[in-house]
Parts: sequence; C-alpha cells; structure tokens
Amino acid sequence: MDGIHDLGGKTGYGPVDVAEPQEPFHAPFEGRMWAISRLARAPGVTIDWWRHVREMITPDDYLNRPYFDSWSQTTMASMIDAGVFTAEELIEGAAGDVKSTKPARSYDQVLEDNKGFAFRFDRPLDKATAFAVGDSVETRADPTDGHTRLPAYARGKFGVIHAVREAHIFPDASAEGNEYPEQLYTVSFKAADLWGRSENPDDCVLLDLWESYLGKS
Amino acid sequence: MSDGPSFDRKKVAEIHAHLHSHLPSDSALRVKALETVLVKKGLINSETIDRWVEVYSEEIGPKRGAQVIARAWTDAAFKERLLADAGAAVAEMNLEGPASGHLKAVENTADLHNIVVCTLCSCYPFALLGMAPNWYKTAAYRSRVVREPRAVLSEFGVELSADIAVRVWDSTAELRYIVIPERPDGTDGWDAEQLAALVTRDAMIGTDRVLKIKDEV
Repeated sequence: MDGIHDLGGKTGYGPVDVAEPQEPFHAPFEGRMWAISRLARAPGVTIDWWRHVREMITPDDYLNRPYFDSWSQTTMASMIDAGVFTAEELIEGAAGDVKSTKPARSYDQVLEDNKGFAFRFDRPLDKATAFAVGDSVETRADPTDGHTRLPAYARGKFGVIHAVREAHIFPDASAEGNEYPEQLYTVSFKAADLWGRSENPDDCVLLDLWESYLGKS
Repeated sequence: MSDGPSFDRKKVAEIHAHLHSHLPSDSALRVKALETVLVKKGLINSETIDRWVEVYSEEIGPKRGAQVIARAWTDAAFKERLLADAGAAVAEMNLEGPASGHLKAVENTADLHNIVVCTLCSCYPFALLGMAPNWYKTAAYRSRVVREPRAVLSEFGVELSADIAVRVWDSTAELRYIVIPERPDGTDGWDAEQLAALVTRDAMIGTDRVLKIKDEV
C-alpha cells in the first residue's frame, strides 16, 4: 500500500533532532511497551501482518503520536482482531490494578529469554536463483494494495545485485496469512538513478529485495 | 480463546478507528490499559515487564555492540567471521537476541562510509544496540537519509569529503546492519576493553565517523 509509513525520499521533513538524551527510554511507557512486545503476541500474528496493522494506523496518528504509542496501538488492534481480548475489555481495563497470575521471570531469566529472540526468517527453497552478483535488475513498477517491503522510492528503478542472500519468508504473502520462502537479494542503486541527481556520483543506496520484486534489465 | 488473525485490512481499519475514539489520548494510559487486560487474561506478568525494562536499561545496549567492534579490531580471525556472518559471530560472544538472527556487519574504510536506516518501519539491531534513538524512528531521518545522506550527516557533525563514497543500507528485510567504524589512530597496543569505550552508538548506525580518543581521567 502507498501508506504514510513509506517515508523514504519524501521531502519536506525538517532537521534531525541530534540533541536527544542518551537514555534508552525517555518515558516509562516506552520501556513497558517494549517489554510487552517481547512477552505477548497473538497466535498466528506474523511480523509481516503486525507491520501491516501498524501501517494502517491513520496517517495523522502515525506521524504525530510517539513511536511506542504506535506499537501499543498495533498490538491492541492485532490482538482484538485475533480474538485475544475485545475492545470493550481493553477500554474498561484501563481502570484499577490487577494481580498477575502468570509466574514472574527473574532478571537473569530475562537475559536468557532475550537470547531466544534471535529469530531466523530464512527457509529451505529448492529452486535455482534467478540472479547472480553483478547482474543488472529493474524493480517492478506497479504498486500493491497490501503489505510490501519494496518502498515506493525504489519502484521501477535500475540496480545491480550486490549480494545473493538466503530464501526468506515472503512478506507480501505472509501479511495475508500465506507463508512461503522466496529468494532474497541485496540490490545496490546509484543515488542518481533513484533521485535523478545525487550529492556525490559514488553514493548508493542498498535494499534487501525479494526475487519477485525484480526483473532482468 | 484466540481465533487467530483475520488478515482483513478493512476489519483492522475499523478497529483502529474504534480505539482512536474510545481510548484515552495519553500514551501512558493506553499502554497501561493494554498491560491490564493482558494481566487479567493471565498472558503477562507485570514484574516480568519490570525486569525487561531493567535489562534493557542496564545490560543490553550499545556497549554490547561496542564489545563486538573492539573484538573485530583486535582479533583478525573474529573480524573475518563477523564480516562473513555477523549473526553467528555475535552468538559466539553470547550476545544474540532480538534482530540478531540475520545480522550483517559493514565496514567503513578511508574511502567508504556506511549508514543504516529502515525507511518502512524502524528496524534496528536491538540485541547489539539496545533501544533505537528517537531520531532514528522519525519521519525526518527516515525520509531524508536515503535521499541526502550527506546533509543528514552534516547535522550530526560529520562532514564527508568528496572522495568518500556513501552506502546507505535500507533495512527492508529481516537483515539488520551494524557499521564497523575505522579504528582510531593512536590506539596501538590498546586492549579490547579500552577500545570498546571509544565506540559510540551513532558510529555503529553510521551517523558518527571519526571516533575520538577520550582524555585519560
């Protein structure tokens, strides 16, 4: 979808706030939301569906509400959709404290649990790769209605295969509940080929793109 | 009980709209409502949330990435393994975790500068760098760094000469990138611990380049 999340190359956004405090969390809710994101995910919710749910947040909220607020919105919506709880249970639940019944994990257990999040997304695929390092490719130009990881700024552009990766779960299909692998590549684009001009002729942008995003050129 | 996700965009758009008009506007209250309903359902323990916040405030952050960089500077065989498969190399050091499964290390040289972004969401190598700075997640950074990396670098105080090429890595798949900065001059004979203290978070994202040797206290 051509959503507000697809920000690469859009103009009109101001300077980067480089004077930000170094602390990892700038408000307590950020840390709690990060932890919740590690601890609770609805069954069947893939990373791609979760990202797509986030992309469907209204554009003004997406741009203006805090980052971890959008994670809470995404987690709420994907859990309500999956039937983990209802919107009414969530809205009423805002009042009052409740006691946890699930056993607590210790600091050292959490350090160990954290290691279990090194997920892999490559899957076996018995199919010859279509492209090799150095091949010229052209990215598909047509937009999709659903989720995709081909940003709008890289549609219909010419690039060169920089690396042949593994076959990874194809996000466009995974966001619709169909999980299958497709060959992944890292593709290098000259800045001038993306933007029509560049700050320096040697600059390039590299993207990780699936085989069906690419055609020979 | 959960029925699993619907993968239905229209349904999710309706849930977003419903939550928008029925939840409090304050982000902390929203996250509190989510935590409360998950505790009530027996899906989460609030003390475990506290432990995750502590772990990501104290242990898991850029100092882990800095250890990896310092080891690469002092152990040529490790650096080779890091460049070949960073995910496996950091697991050797017991540092695997969220988003390290397909970690890639990219190396700065005298004539090459690497910088990392995720234009479509805000993917980040949490296991090595901890929480992403807020600027990394903003529309300003995500929109501009692919199009005008040198202008963005200049805002971070990094002025690149024309003989240094820029590679911008847009994390569009599950690969995550960490930059290996150049080892600063004047550090011959330093051990890995001394060197790690010089490596900044921003240098591993690519918004910092020339590491400073701090004055001895």
